[in-house]
Amino acid sequence: MMGEQEVREGVDRETVETVQGMGSYKYGWSTEIEMDYAPKGISEDIVRLISSKNGEPEWMLDWRLAAYRRWVELEEPRWAMLRYPEIDYQDQFYYAKPKSMAGKPKSLDEVDPKLLATYAKLGIPLKEQMVLAGVEGAEGVAADARRVAVDAVFDSVSVGTTFKAELAKAGVIFCSISEAIREHPELVKKYLGSVVPQSDNFFATLNSAVFSDGSFVYIPPGTRCPMELSTYFRINAENTGQFERTLIIADKGAYVSYLEGCTAPKRDIAQLHAAVVEIVILEDAEVKYSTVQNWYPGDENGLGGIYNFVTKRADCRGDRAKVMWTQVETGSAITWKYPSCILRGNESQGEFYSIAIANNFQQADTGTKMIHLGQGTRSRIVSKGISAGHAQNTYRGQVSMHPRAKNSRNYTQCDSLLIGDKCGAHTVPYIEVKNHSSRVEHEATTSKVDDDQLFYCRARGIGEEAAVALVVNGFCKDVLQALPMEFAMEAQALVAISLEGSVG
Amino acid sequence: MQAARASAAARLADMGLPGRRDEYWRWTNPAPLLAEAVPEAEAFRVDTPIFSDLPKVRLVFTDGVYDAAASDDPKLAGVEVARLADAPEWAAGFYGSLEASGQSPVRRPFAALNTARASDGVMLRVTGKAARPLHISYRQSSNTSEAILHHCVMLEDGAELTLLETGTAAARANLVLEVEVGAGARFHHIRPQGRSYGHRLVSAIFARVGAGALFKSFTLSMNGRLTRNEAMIEIVGDNAVAHIAGAALGDGADGEFHHDDTVFVTHGAEGGESRQVFKKVLRHGATGIFQGKILVRPGAQKTDGYQISQALMLDDLCQFLAKPELEIYADDVKCSHGSTTGAIDETALFYLRSRGVPREEAVALLVLSFLADAIDEIDDAAIAAEILARLQEWLARHRG
Repeated sequence: MMGEQEVREGVDRETVETVQGMGSYKYGWSTEIEMDYAPKGISEDIVRLISSKNGEPEWMLDWRLAAYRRWVELEEPRWAMLRYPEIDYQDQFYYAKPKSMAGKPKSLDEVDPKLLATYAKLGIPLKEQMVLAGVEGAEGVAADARRVAVDAVFDSVSVGTTFKAELAKAGVIFCSISEAIREHPELVKKYLGSVVPQSDNFFATLNSAVFSDGSFVYIPPGTRCPMELSTYFRINAENTGQFERTLIIADKGAYVSYLEGCTAPKRDIAQLHAAVVEIVILEDAEVKYSTVQNWYPGDENGLGGIYNFVTKRADCRGDRAKVMWTQVETGSAITWKYPSCILRGNESQGEFYSIAIANNFQQADTGTKMIHLGQGTRSRIVSKGISAGHAQNTYRGQVSMHPRAKNSRNYTQCDSLLIGDKCGAHTVPYIEVKNHSSRVEHEATTSKVDDDQLFYCRARGIGEEAAVALVVNGFCKDVLQALPMEFAMEAQALVAISLEGSVG
Repeated sequence: MQAARASAAARLADMGLPGRRDEYWRWTNPAPLLAEAVPEAEAFRVDTPIFSDLPKVRLVFTDGVYDAAASDDPKLAGVEVARLADAPEWAAGFYGSLEASGQSPVRRPFAALNTARASDGVMLRVTGKAARPLHISYRQSSNTSEAILHHCVMLEDGAELTLLETGTAAARANLVLEVEVGAGARFHHIRPQGRSYGHRLVSAIFARVGAGALFKSFTLSMNGRLTRNEAMIEIVGDNAVAHIAGAALGDGADGEFHHDDTVFVTHGAEGGESRQVFKKVLRHGATGIFQGKILVRPGAQKTDGYQISQALMLDDLCQFLAKPELEIYADDVKCSHGSTTGAIDETALFYLRSRGVPREEAVALLVLSFLADAIDEIDDAAIAAEILARLQEWLARHRG
């Protein structure tokens, strides 16, 4: 009922074409700004240059060079259900920094107004008194309760971090990773690469060599971070890859909720994004990590878009440590991303909630890994994949119960929804159970948008697109509920936007 | 026939032998299946007769060679029976054709090797409703025998056959079964794989199921050091039904038990129904593997695909490794899979014990109820009863 037939039966073709041609990506504009680039391509010299640009100590350079030397020997993985032209790693820039950032602004007031305007336009508050803007409904909530500290990353550098002073009062360190390498080397040395080793995989190794910036968070023992922390990644420069590195450490009994957002301009040429996020969670600590990934997905013909190869992993090192990944993946031409949980501590817990939407020619291969090592560990996976247009959407996951992870538990639910007969929805779970006291349950379904539900909505005067969005939002509700409030509303709106043009 | 063998040999040369780095061999080490010398496996000589009361035509293969003296007269109304060596014209064209098309998207090197090198096998052309089931009975007499057998079954439109395949073929065996199920035809396959403890087996079923046709295959595996059962089933006609089921019971105390079901069901036509039901009961360090896939091709609308893989682990040294996959390219479909792993349900056990059922009996009852969904896939009540009896024997042998 979604295909051509509906159109042939008398729906105004012009309307359908208008909707399809609308170009619903809101963040596709770019900022005209003078940039400093490293020479094109990647080599040891480029790695040295990035390190020196960041004013890094020798040990950090050595770490990067070791990663680079390893990367040269690695082959790009091809096991994902993704088809894309070969990436020429020498045909792009690995470092791009706004010229105005050369003098390291001391406070946000000194930051180039053009950069500030960019974030204002994206709805990201870089002024400390502001609430997270651009979210309908957020206004009604008391401003105090909605405070969010932001680290804003623009191409290769962090533009600024808000609420640093106030967070410092609580003992929380929140800054760019380049600053952390300079200011807190003992923490960085101890934890960097301890969750995602330099040679973990092709893209993580590349990141280890050339990462330019990213965020660093340390929550001291027994501290509940007084506000939500967030990083907003913006790719602006052309032909430039973004390689950010995020390191979050929640010490014993600490708690933090962390949000991540990302957008990029519309460009005909695909751009590379290879990030690494490492989270260390000690005894009784808890980290919530929420992502709304809205990189430019390419146009309706599959031209351009971000190639998003991301390694995210949380290590629950202490007993009763807890991590919750929530992701809403609506952007990127290519998504290769498997946020994982290593449940090392006894009774530690990992949760993964995901909505992945692929429309037009987008391809997503995403999921999670739950590695149960400790006794009595628990994990839950809820994944909702939606495919429309010519898109391919794959859930790929692993649940592993080691012999000593006795009395552990996993529940996995992955549902796929297909809109239209030219797209694909795939499920590739790996389940490895090596002790008998653990229980593992996996369920997956694939279906289309329910005709009865659509009919119900249509019969009540709701337009077809709105009806589909409504049904899809219902399909996603388990995951939407796991998101922090402002993200949930943004995600809900994104679900509708991402599917625009998929009907009719 | 020579051409079919030569092209299979070329396919094999092209794809190479499998290794641990192959995606579908990550959990099963193919080395013992490839080793030059056949690893020794003691022949199990006291296997209880099976299907002895069932009217049937029995064809016996001892250590991989057709044993005319032990076999029934191969005459069966509705079925033309021939040996591989005397393959009739239809078989010469058919032999290896489904194996060849089943090599994509995942390569099946052992099946190609089988087509190239098979030493014997049965060619069955089913032209009507077979009067009785046909029974291929394997016997192992030597501890170091090797068998490479290749059977072909062609069911013409509307034909019907029940094929029984029982026993251990050899110390090491490579078995291929190619089945074409014509429009409206019905094929039932029941395969208890014998009690020999030490044997190693790699088997592959390639089936093509036509419009309105029915394909059903059930395998019972008890014992066997290494078993890899592959099935590649493709629905090519509208409104066809394909069910494949397996029950495996392994006790590491009898010797190593490593059991791998690798199943690939493809929906290439509209309105197809497929079910994969695989259950494993594991004990004393036994390993169970399930790799299953439902592939729905573009245009295969109104497909109903279902897959369940479950393991019941009776103690702590066992492992169950599963990869239940879906790959869907059509939107108006209903596909689902489930996979669960766990120990005996203590609540159910408590319920039974508190009603006076001794613990061992209660465990046996719960194991049988766990396996029931797989046994239910056998349509013929008499055959199902024999399978159930086998299960009960196994449970009786493995108490405590």
